[in-house]
Amino acid sequence: MAELVSLTIDGRTVQVPPGTLVIDAAKKIGVEVPAFCYYEGLSLQAACRMCLVEVEKMPKLMAGCTLPVAEGMVVRTETPTIAKARKSTLEFLLTNHPLDCPVCDKGGECELQDMVFRYGAGESRYTEIKHHVDEKQWSPVVYFDAPRCILCYRCVRICDEGMGVGALGVINRGVVSEIAPNKTDHLECDECGMCIDICPVGALTSGAYRYKTRPWEMQHVGTICTHCSNGCKTTLGVRNNEIMRGDNRDQSGVNGEFLCIKGRYAFDFYHHQERLQSPLVRKNGKLEPVSWKEALEAAAARLKAARDAGSKIGVIGSTRTSNEENFYLQKFARLGLGTNHIDHHRTGDVVTLLDALSGQKDALATTADLYEKPAIVVLGADLALEHPLLSFQIRANFRHHQARVYAVTEKPVREDKYAAAAIRCDAAGELAALETLREKLANEPELVIVFGDTVKGDAVRKLVAFGSSLGKPVKYVALVDYSNSRGAMDMGLVPELLPGYRPSGQTGMSAGEMVASGDLDMLYIVGANPLEGGQPLGGKPFVIVHEMFLTETAQAADIVFPASSAYEKNGTVTSVTGEVQQLKKAVQAMGTKPDLEILGLLVREMGLAAQIGPWTPDKVFQEIRETVPGYNMPLPVIATGGAVQTAPVNGRIEVDARPDLVRSSRDGLFTSGTLGRYSKVLNSVVEGRHHT
Amino acid sequence: MTKLYNEPSPLETRVLTKRFGLPNSASLDTYLATDGYVAIRKAIEMTQDDVINEVKASNLRGRGGAGFPTGMKWGFVPRSSPKPKYIVVNADESEPGTCKDRLLMEYDPHQLIEGMMIAGRAVDAKAGYIYIRGEYRYLIDIMDKAIAEAYQRGYLGKNLFGSDFSFDCYTHTGAGAYECGEESALLESLEGKRGVPRIRPPFPAVVGAWQCPTILNNVETFCAVPPIIRDGGAAFAALGVPKAGGTRLTCLSGHLNKPGVYELALGFPLDKMINEVGGGIPNGRKLKAFIPGGSSCPILTAAECEGLTMDYDSMANAKTMLGSGGVVVMDDTTDMVKVALRIMRFYAHESCGWCIPCREGTAWLRKILTRFVDGMGTKQDINLIGDLAHNMLGRTFCPLGDAAALPTISIVEKFRDEFEAYLARTTVSIPVQSDLPVLQPGM
Ligand SMILES: Cc1cc2nc3c(=O)[nH]c(=O)nc-3n(C[C@H](O)[C@H](O)[C@H](O)COP(=O)(O)O)c2cc1C
Ligand code: SF4
Ligand code: SF4
Ligand code: SF4
Ligand code: SF4
Ligand code: FES
Repeated sequence: MAELVSLTIDGRTVQVPPGTLVIDAAKKIGVEVPAFCYYEGLSLQAACRMCLVEVEKMPKLMAGCTLPVAEGMVVRTETPTIAKARKSTLEFLLTNHPLDCPVCDKGGECELQDMVFRYGAGESRYTEIKHHVDEKQWSPVVYFDAPRCILCYRCVRICDEGMGVGALGVINRGVVSEIAPNKTDHLECDECGMCIDICPVGALTSGAYRYKTRPWEMQHVGTICTHCSNGCKTTLGVRNNEIMRGDNRDQSGVNGEFLCIKGRYAFDFYHHQERLQSPLVRKNGKLEPVSWKEALEAAAARLKAARDAGSKIGVIGSTRTSNEENFYLQKFARLGLGTNHIDHHRTGDVVTLLDALSGQKDALATTADLYEKPAIVVLGADLALEHPLLSFQIRANFRHHQARVYAVTEKPVREDKYAAAAIRCDAAGELAALETLREKLANEPELVIVFGDTVKGDAVRKLVAFGSSLGKPVKYVALVDYSNSRGAMDMGLVPELLPGYRPSGQTGMSAGEMVASGDLDMLYIVGANPLEGGQPLGGKPFVIVHEMFLTETAQAADIVFPASSAYEKNGTVTSVTGEVQQLKKAVQAMGTKPDLEILGLLVREMGLAAQIGPWTPDKVFQEIRETVPGYNMPLPVIATGGAVQTAPVNGRIEVDARPDLVRSSRDGLFTSGTLGRYSKVLNSVVEGRHHT
Repeated sequence: MTKLYNEPSPLETRVLTKRFGLPNSASLDTYLATDGYVAIRKAIEMTQDDVINEVKASNLRGRGGAGFPTGMKWGFVPRSSPKPKYIVVNADESEPGTCKDRLLMEYDPHQLIEGMMIAGRAVDAKAGYIYIRGEYRYLIDIMDKAIAEAYQRGYLGKNLFGSDFSFDCYTHTGAGAYECGEESALLESLEGKRGVPRIRPPFPAVVGAWQCPTILNNVETFCAVPPIIRDGGAAFAALGVPKAGGTRLTCLSGHLNKPGVYELALGFPLDKMINEVGGGIPNGRKLKAFIPGGSSCPILTAAECEGLTMDYDSMANAKTMLGSGGVVVMDDTTDMVKVALRIMRFYAHESCGWCIPCREGTAWLRKILTRFVDGMGTKQDINLIGDLAHNMLGRTFCPLGDAAALPTISIVEKFRDEFEAYLARTTVSIPVQSDLPVLQPGM
């Protein structure tokens, strides 16, 4: 370890590693050097000149954001000269700035406002005409108001370096320099809104949020994105029971500063006009709105009768409902309805992976591992489209730690650009291709292997055998699709496994068989759309569905309960890396109830309350912590918005894992299963692409 | 035969310009007939350290404007680095008042090529790039022709003169940006990127073109190298003053009877340069203001010019700079407020826009000065102009901001009375006690 460098900042001594920048050394002792263009983790610019500091023996002010520390350096950050410099830089900055703070989206949380408030002049000496440029819309998501832009180039860098997209650049020069999309007048990009989020001022604004509210009128609710399995924390800004925006204000989630378009904007499905607001019961062949009481009584009566008659009942669970809901659902199915026909849409072969890793410790990677470990293998998945956060983590790992990335995929992927090796092969050739990398991988001190749904069953076992044969610590991620795909498996929403991967010792029908066989008398479906695409329902089962929308499946139902979305309930979900995090209720959608409550009311109606137990999220989570292996995690961490990785099993899972049922939906950046169809923002991006 | 742009003066010391005016001076044959490609053969026989030491001994300082000792710069190149090394010629010549590099390329392109080769030999570089100002398009043809001729006759390419020394040479054109003359912005532009400066350190000698060690010098600097190696550094040094050797191509313009480019020994008396080399100020008018080396230098008054010589120390004592060799002489009819505006229009137009003080400051100053010249100035404006220029000075990312601030500060401070006179002939009446803004459609 290199010797520390000792220097003085504002009269205080600080010791930092060599190469540390003065601005960071100052931060270490709580001295804030004002900055616009400096942004931790992105390349240096030295453009805004806000961070100028005085350094003894240097003839002029120095940019603290690019000046490395030196032994014995004496730095001052608050002197009359510096105060004047900051004041004049801000004065320059405001000359062509429209000062339309009263209507600007950023008003109240704008870095320029804060900076002028602290360091700026009370009055303006600028009496000339301001340079004006009209506002532009670059995509359904991204708007640009050039006069507000302070040219800090953060957007350009986050898009290029952070996202690996590089959609933004600068045109013109001098005072008419302008940020512009590299496609000159529009964007064809990830639409992630990272550029908007990182913009210190209101120059970049989002189509979803602009001119809708003032930031201080909102309450901020940190919850977990319901779309993909990556488990990003999104902070929903809520005003009058309405979600105004999603962002990641406190950057406290596993995703840090990252959100993709879905986590940031695609909350909008929740107030889609087709949202169900009342229970429906089929009368004379038509679904009619009824009271909750009527629907619950009808459902309870049918379920009870079916159970008592020993009828065949199937239960299909969801990949987006909470762990509590999934746990309660399987308990209801197994104990309340006496059926083991319970399943969900399986999107990755987690079971075989856990079984193959039996006896190994620390073999499941966390989200942080993808940023920290020296080498990453991406096997059979296009992460940038299907798992945006994981892709972001790996890019950042390469940028900050020069990680070696190996991409073995069928088609070109974003990782290729910086990969140590990129190999193209079809699903069948993946393991053989990996074998050609053996020598390189064996030289890596540590490794994380991320694999998609093409690697399942035996292939997973072979992969783990390959990893073990390298003689180095290897961690794995089995990719799954949706926000609680992993939790559905952990909570035993399959016939062969009880919660915590304990074999049930029984067989049961798969979701596909339940829908197609025609063999069932009753089908109970929670938040899933197995009839997507219009495939017919086999036989004539009585169907009860929990849904947000009248999906293909809900249309085939006899009773439909209007369900709350993830943003309207409390609970926990488990991410692709097994990290458990808390869902927090942001709004109440009229007429809906969380699935857990619907199940609970039904259980009560059926007189099973004593048997199945209480149905509040915290009570069920308590039961999960006490009874499900791997879920006995510290409550305070979860309750304060943290993430804890589960360690579900460490022993053989002696069941047929049914790899044949594993199939990813391969959602891209702008799709999200059935749910995505109800997001205007996702649809508008997709439609926009068709026109251009 | 190429026509010269101006008659030579007997007061010149013609070292770099000795072939100017010869028939076919740009041809390889003329070059060979006049000591051409002698120095490179000599350099190949010398050790690398000896080549660099000879340049150090010549007291050659960079001719691009900053005047950094050339030999010292070459010594910074890490020769042991496993990376390739490059030679880059700064032929972006855009400093107002400066027009010498074009003559060196037009009349004697092989001298430049040979200078690059010697630099290449000194630091183990195998390739050189000549970054030519976009507006100098005709020079690209001349340089390309000379390069082609050199390849054809074995003066460029592999294993030159039977040695293990190889050198390739390429031209590259700018797209019309003054800022691309700044060395790091030039390198960005050369690499095909937007012409904005890089964070320094590291300097190009260590991390330059394509992240490799790079010698980057002005055209004239490279052109001085063959004579230095051929005749020895000491001989070159002896031509100038103690801390600055040799000659400078001085571009005389403005109110002069005989404007032109003249090669004058360093330390040449200013007064003699104006009155004898430049033929004096026309119509018996008197000197009012003097730009010693391009518009980026603080401007001198006639009184300040007295007794000065054209070298680095003399100019530093007068609180200005020797700069780029672009001398501008202004007589007593000159409107200094308009000079300030003309200069600021240039910098506002050329600011790359990367950093706030220069981007916004130059544009603001241009607006104030335009308004002032249009007769709509206020008393407060005079102080404001000086204050804004001071607020740019020393705080920008690259020296262009200083280059805009320095002449402006010198003009408002030294010619304040002219600004006040403008107020007196103001065409728009401005309420005296009022601070109300005076608006006019801006540029
Ligand atoms: C704004 C700006 C423009 C410049 N333009 C030129 C130029 O056109 N030609 C040039 O040789 N040097 C120019 N320079 C100086 C170069 O940055 C650099 O110092 C020089 O090319 C180094 O060569 P030298 O040591 O031989 O002078 C400019 C500098 C600045 C800051
Ligand atoms: S939305 Fe995302 S991908 Fe598109 S320009 Fe902004 S940062 Fe780049
Ligand atoms: S748009 Fe925003 S982030 Fe981008 S350069 Fe302008 S101020 Fe900075
Ligand atoms: S990466 Fe996944 S979890 Fe994160 S915001 Fe996007 S869809 Fe949501
Ligand atoms: S001072 Fe700043 S804006 Fe001006 S040219 Fe240099 S980098 Fe560009
Ligand atoms: S933060 Fe240092 S120049 Fe912008």
